[in-house]
This record gives sequence, C-alpha cells and structure tokens, in this order.
Amino acid sequence: MTDRNPAVDTESGNWTLAIRRWLERQLPLDSLLPHRMPYYVGSWVYVFGVVAIAALIWIVASGVVLVFFGPQWWHVSAVGHFVNSLHFWAVQLFFIFMVLHLWGQYFMASWRDGRAPTWIIGVVIFAISVGTAFTGYLSQQNFDAQWIAVNAKDATNAAGIGAFFNVLNFGQMYGIHVMIFPILVIALVALHIVLVRIRGVVKPIEPAGSASGAEEASK
Amino acid sequence: MDAPAQYLSWNFILISVPNILVILGMTVVFVVALFAPFPHDEPGEKGPGGRHD
Repeated sequence: MTDRNPAVDTESGNWTLAIRRWLERQLPLDSLLPHRMPYYVGSWVYVFGVVAIAALIWIVASGVVLVFFGPQWWHVSAVGHFVNSLHFWAVQLFFIFMVLHLWGQYFMASWRDGRAPTWIIGVVIFAISVGTAFTGYLSQQNFDAQWIAVNAKDATNAAGIGAFFNVLNFGQMYGIHVMIFPILVIALVALHIVLVRIRGVVKPIEPAGSASGAEEASK
Repeated sequence: MDAPAQYLSWNFILISVPNILVILGMTVVFVVALFAPFPHDEPGEKGPGGRHD
C-alpha cells in the first residue's frame, strides 16, 4: 500500500496522484454508495428525486431509439408510435416527479448547511429541462410542432433572442434537443447527486421550542 | 380522445381540465407521501450510513 503521509510522499509533484488523493478524501466509496440512510430519510417524500431519475433514464433510452430510426418511423410504424409515446409519457412523469421533488426540497429548506449549490443546480436542471421539452415539441415533425414553432418565433423575437435561436430551423432545434441539452441535463444531474452524497441529506427543521431549534432560528 | 380540451377560466387564469387534474393529483400524491408509513430497517442493524450533519 502506498504510504499516504504527505511528509514522506516522494511523488508530491504528480497531478494524477494529487487528484486521486483528493477524490479519496472527498468521495470515499462508502459515502458515494451508502447502503443505509439516517432515520429521518425514511419517508416517501425522499423517493421523488430518484423516480425522476428513473424517468430520465427512460427518456434517454427511448430518445436514442427515436434518433436512430428518425421521424418517418415514429409517425408511420406502430412500434415507432409506441416508442414515441414512451418518450412523451416518460417526459410527463419526469416533470411531475421533478416538481414533487422541488416542492419537498423547498418546504424542507434543503439549501441549509452549505447545500446552496445543490439547490441552485436543481433549479438550473429544471430550467434546462423546460428548454429541452420545448425543443422536443418543436421536433415532432407534425402540424402541432409547426404551430408551436411559428408562435414561438414571435416569442423569441420579442425576448430578443430570435437572432440566436431560430425555432423554424429544425436542424438547430433538433440538435439542441438531442445533443446539447441532454448532455447538460445528465451532467448536472450527476453533479447534483454527487453533491448530495458529499453533504448528506439535510436534517429536518428542528421544532421551534427545542434547544437546537432555537439555534436553527438564530442562523 | 381527439376532441379539444375543456378550459376553466377565472380572472386571468385559463387552464385546461386535464392540466388542473394533473396538478390536483400531484398535490394528493405529495400529501400522501408525507403521511404514508415507510418501511424502516430493524433497530440494531449497523453499517455505513453515508454522510449527514
């Protein structure tokens, strides 16, 4: 086993070693993959986030299949229509459980005790997800999508970003939908989870009458 | 299934019936999740519990 004492570590200039040591300190495996949680985590409210992640996995899997076969397939064939529907309903479940997760974390004030970055990343994920859903609606290749595109063109021009995002440009909207936004959402969700593992699940808010509750209120 | 949705309006609020049903359903799920019993492990079991405050 390599001696971990920095004073006798003869490889102190090695960046790989420095990164590995830092990761071992910040993210030991039993924190990254704990098999037990504090007692207060035993509530169904804590399940919403992981259900949203399960929905996201379905979205990505069905989306990959849709990309591979293309718009012709998902409108014309029965299997294509089914996979298209899987993708659509997985998106609905993703938003439902993401919003339930947001309600739970908001009322628990889960940004407490150094967890503000986790909360902020969650808000950013939500905003990017809205954009992803919007570009997905534009990519349907049907009259609905055409109507949305024409109306959104007015909206983006009014917001001043019409020069950068052309909702009538299918290639741009589709590319943003299948590549740029999914990369961002997946990367931010992974970071969100790692931050939760680093900090742990926030304790419930103490009742006002208790000693630690008075301390909490004075913060 | 192909007919346009019914809409409810009140002042500036205009919302479809399916949409309001989804929101009401989500509220019910949230409240049930707060109070529904959750299976806990037997007391005395030990092991890494992850970080917490």
